[in-house]
Formats: sequence, structure tokens, C-alpha cells
Amino acid sequence: MKMIYMDNAATTKVAPEVFDTMLPYFMEQYGNPASAYEFSGKIANEVARARKTIASSINASENEIFFTSGGSESDNWAIKGIADSLREKGNHIITTKIEHHAVLHTCEFLEKHGYEVTYLPVDDKGFVDPAELEAAIKPETILISVMFANNEIGTVEPVEKIGKIAHEHGILFHTDAVQAYAHLPIDVKAMDIDLMSASAHKINGPKGVGFLYVRKGIKLSNLIHGGAQEKGKRAGTTNAAGIIGFAKAAELNVSRMEETIAHETRIRDLLIERILEEIPYSRLNGDREKRLSNNVNICFRFVEGESLLMLLDGKGICASSGSACTSGSLDPSHVLLAIGLPHEIAHGSLRLTISEETTEEDVSYVVDSLREIITRLRSMSPLYEDFVKKGDNK
Amino acid sequence: MSQVTEYSEKVMDHFRNPRNVGEIDDASGVGTVGNAKCGDIMRMYLDIDDQGIVRDAKFKTFGCGAAIATSSMATELVRGRTVEEALKVTNKAVMEALDGLPPVKVHCSLLAEQAIHAALWDYAEKNGIKIEGLKPPVNDIDETEEFYQTGG
Repeated sequence: MKMIYMDNAATTKVAPEVFDTMLPYFMEQYGNPASAYEFSGKIANEVARARKTIASSINASENEIFFTSGGSESDNWAIKGIADSLREKGNHIITTKIEHHAVLHTCEFLEKHGYEVTYLPVDDKGFVDPAELEAAIKPETILISVMFANNEIGTVEPVEKIGKIAHEHGILFHTDAVQAYAHLPIDVKAMDIDLMSASAHKINGPKGVGFLYVRKGIKLSNLIHGGAQEKGKRAGTTNAAGIIGFAKAAELNVSRMEETIAHETRIRDLLIERILEEIPYSRLNGDREKRLSNNVNICFRFVEGESLLMLLDGKGICASSGSACTSGSLDPSHVLLAIGLPHEIAHGSLRLTISEETTEEDVSYVVDSLREIITRLRSMSPLYEDFVKKGDNK
Repeated sequence: MSQVTEYSEKVMDHFRNPRNVGEIDDASGVGTVGNAKCGDIMRMYLDIDDQGIVRDAKFKTFGCGAAIATSSMATELVRGRTVEEALKVTNKAVMEALDGLPPVKVHCSLLAEQAIHAALWDYAEKNGIKIEGLKPPVNDIDETEEFYQTGG
């Protein structure tokens, strides 16, 4: 059976060029870049080049890029690091209800340690209201953290406006750009971004590497102590293969960005249109236009997400859901609840995240499979039975 | 969490090929348990004859793979049984018949037990009889779920 991978927001396939670039750094160029001899010095030079490539991809300079183990670490570091270094200045952080848990749980952790956090609501499409954000600013506010684009519903936030507001009030602005980096054009200077998290494995790079951009001059406390790596800011032996692969992936994705966005947008829109047209009682979550080009998120009424995913899996389709059963808790996705969906509807959500490789044939296969599966699950659903009977009585 | 790798083969079988899906017209007893908020609703239909034997059982379920599999197994376990025997089909029995469930899915088997009880309760009410040991159905399993979450 052919596998159709539509979970690219979870992770992506490593690009062949990226893999080839990384390969020598496992068995040939395996030296520790921090060592004194030439064998390692060459590797350190390649890491430095990678840092430059990454920096230029967001209009930053190389001394503003700090490599980490990935998006979660970058988010943790940015928020905990600023909270600690600006403790004397204030203890208030503003974020949103739809952040990734790497941000939300870090903020909850800080709340237990004397910090105050405002979790801004979003509208029914998932947008943060810049005016509401501005109104939440207090004299104690030290950091604003708003994601660039949402990982579940794909909504692209008004980052530029938020950055501007933050700077007008002299507050630092962090953005979790894990889903947006190398998918959308980002200019940290033009967008008033002070700190930005990104991850390699979302852009056809390897897992286990990410970066935190920290604007020059910002004092950020260390998260990981114990070595001189990353200018003494982040200890741990340099992941040369990962970093070099990350830079290659960034270079490739940025150079192809326009074509990728155009292709994905066309496929995404086709997928959305066909699902909404061919499957009754389905709704699109997030904004129709201002969404990531690879993201489709749909709720199917009277159907539960996990059983939907399992039946899709049976047809070789990899997808994800915001249902409670897939989140491992009693509540469905916090993002779907934040955009105002009732629990019952949120349990029936499906996220399909496509790639530059997704074809029209894939769309047809997925839509046909979905139609069949949804019909089947509805025929088993007491909620649907009640709905139909209620309709008959009218 | 990968559902497919955590479920037993029996769970997957009953999920992929659920037995006794549907409704029974003029059922002797119908019970609906769970709530949509938690993501699981089970409805069980029982056809019980004059001798008090469950002639047929059908179900409809809105829920995860485990919820569908436990409903399917529960209907299998009560078919052909007396009302008294059906009452003794516990969540444990359903779980064992499915070769176990992942810890986070144990509540689904409890829901299946409750669905049987709710249908039997409806049958007893309709016929004005009392079934020894049968308690009124719990319509909202929130507390039970919380109990299982904290207990497991």
C-alpha cells in the first residue's frame, strides 16, 4: 500500500541534499569542533559557515544565532532566560492561549515561581488582536511571546504589528517560528523580533537541532550550563552534522520558497474545497487566506478524531487530530477550544499538513478515503443518529 | 502516542470490524452513556425475550478506537445471556476479552459496562421489574473518568 504522508507539521522527510551534506560528519569528519587540531578546525569552519547561512536567512548576523536541540529548547530558553535576566525589571509575561506547549508549559512553570502571565485569547480564526495585546501591557511586562504561525490551525499571526507594539513599549518580543521558519519570509529586523525559535526537522532537516535567534545586546540567562559552546551561552558538544544539515535545509527551502508556497497553496486550497464540498457537516478551522500554505484543519461533526486517524492509517494516510484521545488527556486541543469550538466538535478535528511533494492524485485519494471513512463512522455514531432523527421530526 | 502499536490485535479487529453495529427497532432496553465533552458516547440496544434472555444486542458509539472495540465486545458478551448474566459482564471482563487496553483507555471499558447497565435499567423500567444488583445509570461519567485518570 502506498503511504500518503500528510503530517508535515509533525515532522518532515530529510531532503536528499541535506542527508548527503551531513553524511561525512559521522564517520569521516567526526572530530569535536572545539578541539585544537586541524581535523576539528575544519569542522568548526563548516559550523561557522552554517551559522552564517542561517543568520542570513532571517536577516540577522551570525553572532545572533545560537544552536539548540530544537524548537522546544529554544522556546524554553527564550522565556526562562529573559524571565531570569530581567527579574529586577518586572515579572509579567504576555503570551497567547494558542501557543505550543513548549511556550505554555514554560509560562505555567514560571507562574509557580512568582511570575505573572497573561494568556491572550484569540478570535474564531485564531488571530491575536494587537489592540488587546497592547492593553495587556503593564509596567512590569518584560516579555511578549506570540507564535509566528499556529501549528494546528495554520493561522499566521500579525507578527510585525506585535513586534512594533512591543518595541514602542520597550518590551522584548519573542516569537515561536517553528512552523514558519523557512516556510514564510522572515526578516527579524523589519519585523521587530528580538528572539525567535526555529527547528530543523520542520524544514526537511534533521531532528535534534534548532536555533534561537537573540538580537545583539539582549541579556539572556543560560539554560544549559557546562561548556564554552555557543559563546558560552549553551553548553553541549556542538552537533556539527545536525547544524550543517540544518543550514543546508534552510538554504534549500529559502531558495525554493516561492515555488513551494505556490504549489502548496494550490494543493491546500484544492484539498479544502473538495472536503468542504464533498463531506457534509465539515468546517475549516483557521483563516481561509492567512494560513500556512501546508496546513488544512477540518472538523467533521459526529465523528471522533482518533478513530478517524486509525481508519485513515488503515488506508496508508498519515495525519493528526486535536481530539482528546490523541492528546492523551480528557480535553481536546487547547487551540480548537481557544477559537471557540465546543468540545464535541473539537474531538472530530483532522489536521492534514502537505508538502512540496503532495500531488493532486494524493488529494483525490485522501478525499475519497475521507468520504468513505466519515460516512462509516457517522453510521456508527449515536450523535449522528440523534441528529438525523431530530431532523426527521421537524 | 501511536494508537495502532498500543492496541492489542483483538482491539484492532473489533475496531476495524465491529460486531453488532446498528439499532434495534422497538428494543427491550436502550441505554446511552458518556458525554460528547469527553469524546465518548455509547448507546446500547438490547432485545430481551420473555424468558429474560438477551436475544440481540446492538450498539452505536461516538469515540476512539478503544470505545468502539469495547462496545463491540460488550454486545458479543451479552448476546445469548440471561439478564442476570448480562449484568455480571464487567469492564474487566470486556477488557480481558480484548486482551487488555492501554491504561489511558481503561475508562472505555467502564463505559461499555455502564452502557449494558443503562440498557438493562431501561428494560427493567419498561417492564416494571426489579433486577437484583442493578443501579440507576450514570449519565455523566466525568467523575468516573477523573477517578480512573488519577487512579491509573
